[in-house]
Amino acid sequence: MNNLVFLFMRRLRAPLITLITVYAITVFGMTLIPGRDADGNVWYMDFFHAFYFVSFMGTTIGFGEVPYEFTDAQRMWVTVSIYATVISWLYGIGQTLAVLQEPMFGRLMRLRSFQTHVRNLREPFYLVCGYGVTGGIVVRRLIDRGVRAVVVDIEQDRIDALELDNLVIPVPSLCADASLPDILDHAGLQHPHCVGVLALTNNDNVNLSIAIASKLLAPRRQVITRTNSEVTTANMASFGTDMIVDPFRAYADYMALAARSPHKLLVYDWLMNPHHRTLSSVYKHAPGRWIICGYGRFGRALAAAFAAEGMDMTIIDPSPGSLAPVKNAVVGVGTEAHTLQEAGVETAVGIIAGTANDADNLSIIMTARELNPKLTTVVRQNLHENGLIFRNSRCDFIMEPGRIIANRILAHLKTPLLPLFLEQLQARDDVWAHTLVNRMSSVVGDAELDSWSVQVTPATAPAVVTMMTERAVSLRHLNKDPRRRDRMLPCFPLLLKTAEGVHLLPGELHELQSGDEVLFCGLDVAKRRMEWSVNNYNVLHYLLTGEDPPHSILARLLRRHDQESA
Amino acid sequence: MNREKVIFAFFIVLALTLNFGFVLGEIDNADHHDVFELFAALVVSLICTVLKFGDRTHLGALMLATSLVADVQLVIAAGFWGYGEQVAATGMTPKMMASVVSFAAGALVANLISVVLLVVETALIRR
Repeated sequence: MNNLVFLFMRRLRAPLITLITVYAITVFGMTLIPGRDADGNVWYMDFFHAFYFVSFMGTTIGFGEVPYEFTDAQRMWVTVSIYATVISWLYGIGQTLAVLQEPMFGRLMRLRSFQTHVRNLREPFYLVCGYGVTGGIVVRRLIDRGVRAVVVDIEQDRIDALELDNLVIPVPSLCADASLPDILDHAGLQHPHCVGVLALTNNDNVNLSIAIASKLLAPRRQVITRTNSEVTTANMASFGTDMIVDPFRAYADYMALAARSPHKLLVYDWLMNPHHRTLSSVYKHAPGRWIICGYGRFGRALAAAFAAEGMDMTIIDPSPGSLAPVKNAVVGVGTEAHTLQEAGVETAVGIIAGTANDADNLSIIMTARELNPKLTTVVRQNLHENGLIFRNSRCDFIMEPGRIIANRILAHLKTPLLPLFLEQLQARDDVWAHTLVNRMSSVVGDAELDSWSVQVTPATAPAVVTMMTERAVSLRHLNKDPRRRDRMLPCFPLLLKTAEGVHLLPGELHELQSGDEVLFCGLDVAKRRMEWSVNNYNVLHYLLTGEDPPHSILARLLRRHDQESA
Repeated sequence: MNREKVIFAFFIVLALTLNFGFVLGEIDNADHHDVFELFAALVVSLICTVLKFGDRTHLGALMLATSLVADVQLVIAAGFWGYGEQVAATGMTPKMMASVVSFAAGALVANLISVVLLVVETALIRR
């Protein structure tokens, strides 16, 4: 039995005993008091009649005097009994309702339905801890891709928000502390269909304990966490956390990429962000000095990334203590013109407002722009609620930690080949990236660039594997439209991973081998069509030969006969 | 001394003693078996059941089960009595009386187990 029933029984103990006692006394009293039958003889009510009488008296009070009319003594006792039974019933019912309304009871009810819901999941799902900005985006995108998710968050408000978000697939959610292993277990940590745990709370300690619990209970399960400090990052990496996202570090690398090679940044952006920037928006890099306002976690990560690129920078921070090890430092907030002038805003090429205060950041950008309208502006947005103002601030780059983490994680979840591709991208030059962006642009235009992978295994590409035993299948065939084979799908292969190694932008004549993995990018519609050619033998046959294959044994025999006679 | 334990043990032992008192006597002789005693045994048994609600231990579950068995047996016994007295055309025959008492005797065994479990629990937990 579960806690719910126990709690209910425990709370109803007193009313039930009261009810039994009152019934016993009234029934007993009825049998003791002498009555008179129709002929005037003394008559004692037996237990059967007494129980019958008390039963309907206690519950309805619409009664007659059975089996004979009562004497005054009996009536006196019945009067007492009515009040006693009615009160004990009211007490019992009131107590039941009170138990149902207790917050604890409600919590247990929700926990129970959550547990049942999770236990009955029969498809792969991700366990998402923390439904803030990041969690919200990740869950929504997962659901859009048809992947199930389970959400745990410590704040009821966010769970309510999830319920109001109208996701197309129901998402079991629970308001509880995800750092407790019990809660994680209820949420399906040990469920055979749980494919990954995403620790996205804003508390490093909680993320850490989630990662540890998951790695201990299910060592092979994927764990992805966000962190805010390097100490935690190192700690998490030490026990094999699969992916650790530090938003400040991630954005610092991104900015460094922006300053170094704008086209590579565009490739990166298009593959990572659902709403990518247009080709014309490519940031024209002018070599020069950057000003970084705020030397906290973000500022330090930026300074490290810029220093690695050998770029010039000036740092502004209000506390002289933290600026001690830095050269080219100016003490001040950066919101006043004189601080910015002191930092040489007139000769700088860009400014990054990276303090932890949104109002300060916007003020820095506005002041700086007045002093030097040609500046490239980068602003850090701390609170998701301020999105409206930031979108209209006309800044070149807006850095929102929650969104960065979400995009990184989603790219990782989409296919493990994508991070591999981005890694390979670093080794190429900007001209190569420029060609690639042009090619992407000609395929998708301004629509969202999706990416997906095809693995040549019996489970994931049955048609290809079967076809390979008969004739060679090359990448060109997969790229054709299964509806009309003389048309190509709006997509192209980005990366090919074979047993020998990794090839960027593989040639379309490459013959697929078992175990190959191909990363494609293109429109969403191409992804759906390609699933046909990969999974359906008949479709693939059409793509290769231009004719529909014989479906049945009879048709196959007839066709063979035709070929022989011809 | 734990007041709750006193009440608990009181009702469990009382259920056994009342039940025993009712069963005592010739099995088919209605004069040897008091209807009030059966009534009291049934009521006390019901109270015992409610008192045993909500104990999550294994022993607690066992106690609840024995109590439920006693309830069922006593309710059937009372039902037989009511049927014999009120409904059956022949009235209360010795055969009917024997059925009532044998059902109550079944309940007696259940109550006995209940008391044994109580003693076991007390012996296990020395405080």
